[in-house]
Amino acid sequence: MYDKPKPAVPPTEPDLSRRRFFRASAALGGLGLLGHSGLNAAASIELPMVNGRRELAVYPQKRELILMTARPVQLETPFQLFNDGVFTPNDAFFVRWHLAGVPTQIDGAAFEIKVHGRVKQPLALKVADLQNQFEAVEVAAVCQCSGNSRGFFNPRVAGGEWGNGAMGNALWKGVRLRDVLNKAGIEADAVQVRFNGADGPVLPATPDFVKALDMDVALGEDVLIAYSMNGEPLPLLNGFPVRLIVPGWFATYWVKMLDDIEVINTTDQNFWMNPAYRIPDNSCACMEPGQQGVKTVPINLLNVRSFITSLADGARLKGGHVHEIKGIAFDGGYGIARVLFSSDGGKHWAEAKLGKDHGKYSFRQWTAAFKPVTGRRYELACMAVNHNGESQQPSTSRWNPSGYMRNVVETYRVTAI
Amino acid sequence: MKTYANALSLLAGIAGLSIAFQVATAQNLSEVSIDLPEETAQLKPGPGLELARDNCMTCHSVDYIYMQPPLSQEQWKGEVVKMKKAMGAPIADSDIDAIVQYLMSQNGKK
Repeated sequence: MYDKPKPAVPPTEPDLSRRRFFRASAALGGLGLLGHSGLNAAASIELPMVNGRRELAVYPQKRELILMTARPVQLETPFQLFNDGVFTPNDAFFVRWHLAGVPTQIDGAAFEIKVHGRVKQPLALKVADLQNQFEAVEVAAVCQCSGNSRGFFNPRVAGGEWGNGAMGNALWKGVRLRDVLNKAGIEADAVQVRFNGADGPVLPATPDFVKALDMDVALGEDVLIAYSMNGEPLPLLNGFPVRLIVPGWFATYWVKMLDDIEVINTTDQNFWMNPAYRIPDNSCACMEPGQQGVKTVPINLLNVRSFITSLADGARLKGGHVHEIKGIAFDGGYGIARVLFSSDGGKHWAEAKLGKDHGKYSFRQWTAAFKPVTGRRYELACMAVNHNGESQQPSTSRWNPSGYMRNVVETYRVTAI
Repeated sequence: MKTYANALSLLAGIAGLSIAFQVATAQNLSEVSIDLPEETAQLKPGPGLELARDNCMTCHSVDYIYMQPPLSQEQWKGEVVKMKKAMGAPIADSDIDAIVQYLMSQNGKK
């Protein structure tokens, strides 16, 4: 069946709900750049979850995205955009802020990053200092929210009710955190590095959003202070002028508008490290609903995921033609070794063809040929394996009370017409 | 700003630095200012709306309420208590149950 893949002649036909969505987007395209959400009030989509209706809205430096919350702003990337290319455009990249005190005006020339705490020589660096005093490094890396896909948990859990679009892949450019820390000189008793951004809470009593990494992670060669995203400055809502890049780790550590780096000699216990953003301390990061006394650890590495991007669940395809099914896969930094594709709900698997390798932290595109018979229904599925032999949850998805780490094998029911 | 960018270009030209370096540098030294769109989601009528408005909307928009799956009374109470204890919202203990009742009227698990 997969011996002679031919070019996909007839394009896949999205199902009716998707088509309606495309029309709504197209109709608004001309107005969208004005940036007044009032104009977009009529446009909405329905994510496949209870209470899944979301407005579509155009925010500054962004194209029309799925509005999850307005204050603090959280925007989700419509999933079909992941089919357009291996890198997620800056104006399509998801947005997630924790606290409503997000500066809306940043002077990139005046912005200063303080390096202090358990260091020999505290530093205050401007962006130009980063660019002039340290080696520039580039890395392609997936930035995925810890709660991506939370809305698909069963039983449902409270939180940001994302679909699958709270992720993106970009080419980040900046300087190594460790080069900056080494310039400051790390004291011998250092335990963690703590990161704070220019955002803040509305009320002084609310814990500021601060994250910490153990020294061995912080000193990794790929951890960057990035000032460029896909060759451009970061959009303000993605952390202009600089954000921390922790390839392979969930986005909660990728602190935006990074202006404070503090080396500490304790393990940080602020709210955002404990009890927030923690997972059960076991191999599946999972537990039973209602289970008590489960030991937890801070969320850390991404697990293996893969998606079909060229069609959505419920799509209709033209029968009797070979379709090129396209998708993406990624993991926490071992790199994707294989992607398997099934057209019978996972009973039989065939190797998908991997696309260009952009590095072990990047989305890896893949394709598989699929020739459906008119009148039949299929369950398409994909499953990735990384270079460490890790794969995805085969059928039943993991559960934990925070809605983290979903990586079930995704299934797409399609009909050939 | 423009003058500085030009000066940098000249300097880069002399030093033989790459074009990409100049561009990134100049862009990152600019000032960026955005206007966020106004919130559109509104609280819907229900008993205790004023309490919910006064206590919840200080820190976040109300789409946080309506996007949740329908939650039980116990779960909504957990959320309100979390806002008070973990997030520092100045919610009077005597108002907690009324806020929970409002949330149940809006998005409660029956």
